Amino acid sequence: MLRCEAEVFRPRTLNDALQMRADMPDATVLAGGTDVMVYLEAGVLKPTRILDLWGCQGLRGLGFADGSQVYGAGLTCTDVLQSVQAHPLLRDAAATVGAVQIQNRATLGGNICNGSPAGDTLPVWLALNAEFELASVRGFRRVPAATFWRGYKQMDLQPDELLVSIHVPAVTGNSHFRKVGTRMAQAISKVIFAGRSVAGREARLAFGAVGPTPMRCAAAEEALVAGAPVDEVVRLLEEEIVPIDDVRSTALYRRKVAGRIVRRWLESLPRG
Amino acid sequence: MVIGTSPPRRDGMDKLTGRSLYADDLRPSGVWYGATVRSSRAHARILGVRRAEGFDWSNVVLVTADDIPGLNVVSLMTDDQPVLADGIVRHVTEPIALVAAPTREHALAAAQHVVVEYEDLPALFDPLAAEGHELRIFGEDNVFKRIRIEHGVRTDATAHLIRGRYTTGLQEQLYIEPQSMLAELRADGGITLTGSMQCPYYIDRAVKRMLGHDRVNVAQAVTGGGFGGKEEYPSILACHATLLAIAARRPVKITYRRDEDLRATTKRHPAVIDLVTMVTARGQLLELHGRVWMDGGAYHTLSTVVLSRAMLHLQGPYRWPYASLHGTVVATHTPPNGAFRGFGAPQAQWAMERHMDRIARHMRLDPLVLRRENLFVHGDVSVTGQTLQNPGAFAVLEAAERAAAAPVNPKRVRPGVVGAEMRSGRGLALAWHGCGFTGNGEAKIRGKVALELRGRDVAVLSSSTDIGQGTETIFPMIVAQTLGIDMERVFNTAHDTGLVPDSGPTVASRTAMVVGGTCEKAAQRLLRHLRELHGEGDFDALAARAEAAGGLVRVEETYEVNTNVEWNPDTYQGDAYPCYGWSCVIVDLRVDLDTGEVLYDRVVTATDVGKALSPVLAAGQIEGGTLQALGWATQEEVVLDKQGCMRNDRLTNYIIPTALDGPEMITELVEIPYEGGPFGAKGIGEIPMDAPAAAVAQAIEAACGAVLDSLPMTPERVFAAMEAR
Repeated sequence: MLRCEAEVFRPRTLNDALQMRADMPDATVLAGGTDVMVYLEAGVLKPTRILDLWGCQGLRGLGFADGSQVYGAGLTCTDVLQSVQAHPLLRDAAATVGAVQIQNRATLGGNICNGSPAGDTLPVWLALNAEFELASVRGFRRVPAATFWRGYKQMDLQPDELLVSIHVPAVTGNSHFRKVGTRMAQAISKVIFAGRSVAGREARLAFGAVGPTPMRCAAAEEALVAGAPVDEVVRLLEEEIVPIDDVRSTALYRRKVAGRIVRRWLESLPRG
Repeated sequence: MVIGTSPPRRDGMDKLTGRSLYADDLRPSGVWYGATVRSSRAHARILGVRRAEGFDWSNVVLVTADDIPGLNVVSLMTDDQPVLADGIVRHVTEPIALVAAPTREHALAAAQHVVVEYEDLPALFDPLAAEGHELRIFGEDNVFKRIRIEHGVRTDATAHLIRGRYTTGLQEQLYIEPQSMLAELRADGGITLTGSMQCPYYIDRAVKRMLGHDRVNVAQAVTGGGFGGKEEYPSILACHATLLAIAARRPVKITYRRDEDLRATTKRHPAVIDLVTMVTARGQLLELHGRVWMDGGAYHTLSTVVLSRAMLHLQGPYRWPYASLHGTVVATHTPPNGAFRGFGAPQAQWAMERHMDRIARHMRLDPLVLRRENLFVHGDVSVTGQTLQNPGAFAVLEAAERAAAAPVNPKRVRPGVVGAEMRSGRGLALAWHGCGFTGNGEAKIRGKVALELRGRDVAVLSSSTDIGQGTETIFPMIVAQTLGIDMERVFNTAHDTGLVPDSGPTVASRTAMVVGGTCEKAAQRLLRHLRELHGEGDFDALAARAEAAGGLVRVEETYEVNTNVEWNPDTYQGDAYPCYGWSCVIVDLRVDLDTGEVLYDRVVTATDVGKALSPVLAAGQIEGGTLQALGWATQEEVVLDKQGCMRNDRLTNYIIPTALDGPEMITELVEIPYEGGPFGAKGIGEIPMDAPAAAVAQAIEAACGAVLDSLPMTPERVFAAMEAR
C-alpha cells in the first residue's frame, strides 16, 4: 500500500555522501529508515529524492579519540546493545527503542537528526556532555548536544551537513536512565530521563517528551550540585520542564512522574 | 478419536507461509480501487457535494446517494443507517460519497478533492444527556432500546445499602487485517462480493435490499481477525464496492487504511452503570438495583442486542433473591458502536465484580468469602427465572485456585526500568457467559448445515466463517468423529452464499456449540440417509456404494432449540441462554509506585468449556481473549476530538498489548458437558473477555491501595488514584 516514487541515492563513502548532500540539499536523508518509512506511509513526507546512508562506509565505528569515546552516527541500537564499550546509559536507552526489528535498523544519528522531543536516546547525550560532529563538503564542525536542538524539530544542522559521529568525553558519577511508556515494546515515550551526578561537582538532569526539545533542567542541576534537599531539586525541575497534554498522556502526569523518577533515583544515591 | 486432540489447524501452514489470499491480495484484471468521502462534522446538513476544480476527473467515477438503485439503507435490525448520507450527516466519518480510480493513490487523491459543503447543526455527545433530549437523533427520545427486568421478592431483613458507579470506555477490535471488500460484476448482471467478513448472509441481505434484486452472492476471503468488528460493518463496504463496480462497470475493491479503519468503524459500547444493593451483615446478597446506560452512537447497528446481553449478565454469577434492572442504549452524534467480543457482558460484569469488591471493602469482608457465599449452585434461579443446571462457578474457582497455588515467576521488568519501586498484588474475578444467541434468537435463525459426498470424502457446507478461531479445523473434526472416518477426508467448502445454506452469523460464542452441534446432527443424518439408500454398513462401505451408484448425496440439518422455559422478550423472563460458560481469573501483577504502570506477571484462567474439542485451539481462544481483556483493562483508550473523531488513529498511539506485555498464562480447561453441544462443547469465544479487567482492578487495589472503577485503568488513572488515597 506504500508507494513512493522518489529517486534513491546510495553513497558508499562519506565523501560521496557529502557531495550528494551538497548537490541535493532538498533530498530526504535516510539512515535506518525507521522514521522515514512511517512518514512516507502517513503521507506527511513526499520526497522526490532520498539519500540513503545505510550502506555508507565508516559510519558504524565505536572507538576512542583524544580521550573521548566516538560513536559512529550509523551505529544501530542493536550495535550498541552488542557492544561492551557503549556507555551503560546509552545501552539502557537503546534497549527501549521500538522492538528488536526497529533496533536492528534504527541508528543513533537518525534519532538525533529526526529531532523528536520523544527520541529515546537523546537525553543520554545531554547527560554525557556529548558533542555532535557535523560534516559537509565545507569541512567539519562540532556542536554540543546541549545546543543542537533549538526548537521543535529545529536542529543546528545546515542543509548540506550530515551528522557523522558523537563524541563523549570521559565522564564519571552515578547515572540513571528511565523511560516511561505504556507498554513493553513499540512504545513512544511519555517521559524519558537520563541523569548523572558527581556529588558536589556536576549534575545532569536531562529529559525527553516533556518539552519541544530534549532538555536539561539547569536550575535543578545547580541546586543538586549545591547540595539542596531532594524536595527542592524536584520542585525546580517540575517548574523547568514544559510538558503538554496530547493523545499519549497529560501534562500533569508527565510533570509529576518526571519528579517521582528523579526523586527515587536521588534518594537511592549515597549521600555526600 | 480426533475430538479432544489438537491436529494442526487447516489454515495454519498457508497463513504461516504467506500463501493465504486475503481480500487485498485479490486483484482481478481491470480492478479499480475505491475510496470514501467522509463527514468531517458530527451533525450537519449537506448543502452540496461537488468535484473540485483543477483535479483531473477523467479516470474517476463518483457515486452519491442519488446513485443507489434500491433502498438507501444498511439492512441489519432497523432501517436507520443510510449507505450514503442523504442530506444529513449524524456522525463524523459518516460516508457521503464514493470514488473509484485505477490506482488506490488516485482514488484517495480524488476523494480528497470532493468538496462537501455543510451547514453545522448542534450535536449531542454525552449519552446521559442525549436520553430524552429535545434534539432528536433516533425515535422519540434517542433511546434505541429500553430493557426492564424485575424478578424475585424484596427483602424485609435488616440490610446494608451499598451503591457505586462503574464506567467503561470505547475499545477498538483491532483485527490485524483492515476492512476490505471486492465487488465483481457477474455475467447475469448480478454482483459477487468477496471480502473480509464474519457473516456472509448479513452482507447478502444488505446488498440485495440496496440493489432491489437478488442476483448477489457473497464469499468470504481469508480473514485476518474480526472480534465482532467484521460482524455488521462489512455490509457497508460491500454496499459501497457494489455501487462503485456498477458505476465503473468493472471490479472495484475497497481496503481501508488503518487510520481510516480506526476512525470510521464500530467500537465497543461505552457504559455507565449504577448499582445499588442490599446486603446482610454476613455478606448475603439480597437485592440488586441496576441502572445501565450504553452509548450506541448515531445509528442502531446491533445496540439493542448488546444492551440485552449486558442486562442479562449484570447480576454476575451470583444469586440475587430480588433484582430490578433498567437499561437504555442511547443515540449520540458519534460513530456507531457495534459488536465486540463479549457484546455487553464484559461491561456489565466489570461493574458487578467491582461492586462485589466495594461491598467487601464496605462490610470489611474478604472479597473471596463474599463471592463464595453468593456464587450460583445447582438449582439457583437467575433474574430471568432460569433455573441453572449444574453451574460451573465453584468448579472454575477451585481449578483456578489450585493452579494459582504454584509460585509466580516474576516477569522481567521492562527495558529501561532500573530501580523502580514496584508493589505486587493479586486479584480474582469470576464471570459467566451465555452461549449462543440470547432468548429465542436461535429459534428464529434456525441455522443450517449441509453435508455432501464428494467421492468418498465429505464436504461441509456452512456460512460459519473461520476468523482465526478454528472453524475450518473444528467442523471437519466433528463430522469425521461422528462418521468414524479420518479427518483428512472432511473439509469445509468456501463460505459462499451461492453455495452454502445460512448457518446464522459467526458471532455470540455459537459457532462450535450451535453450528458445530448441527454438523454432528448432519453427519448422523448422512449416515441414516446412506443406510436408507444403500443398506447396512459403516461409512466407508456406504460411501463406496453411493459413489458407484452416482448422483449427488446431500443432507441438510437445521438447529433445533432445546430450552426448558420459553423466552419471553416482553418480560425478559424465561431461559435466556441454552447454557452458560463459567470463568475464574487470578491475576498477579506489580504496580510501579512512581508511574502507575502495571506489569503483568501471571494470569491464571479456569474456564468451563463443556468439552475442549481441540485443546490447543480452545486455549488459544482463551489466551488471546485474555490478552485482549488486559488491553481493555489498562492500555486501550480511544481519544476523541471535539467532533467525536478518534485522534489516536494509529497503532503507535492506540496502545494494545504486545507479545512482550503478555504475562505467563496458566490456562485450565474445565469440562462440564452441555448435552446440547457437540460432544458436550460450550461456546468459549467471548468469555475470556469478561473477568480479567475486574481481577486486574482488584490486584491493583491489593498492590497499592488505589481504587479504580473506570476503564481503562491507564497509568495516568492509576497514578491519580494512588494520589487520591
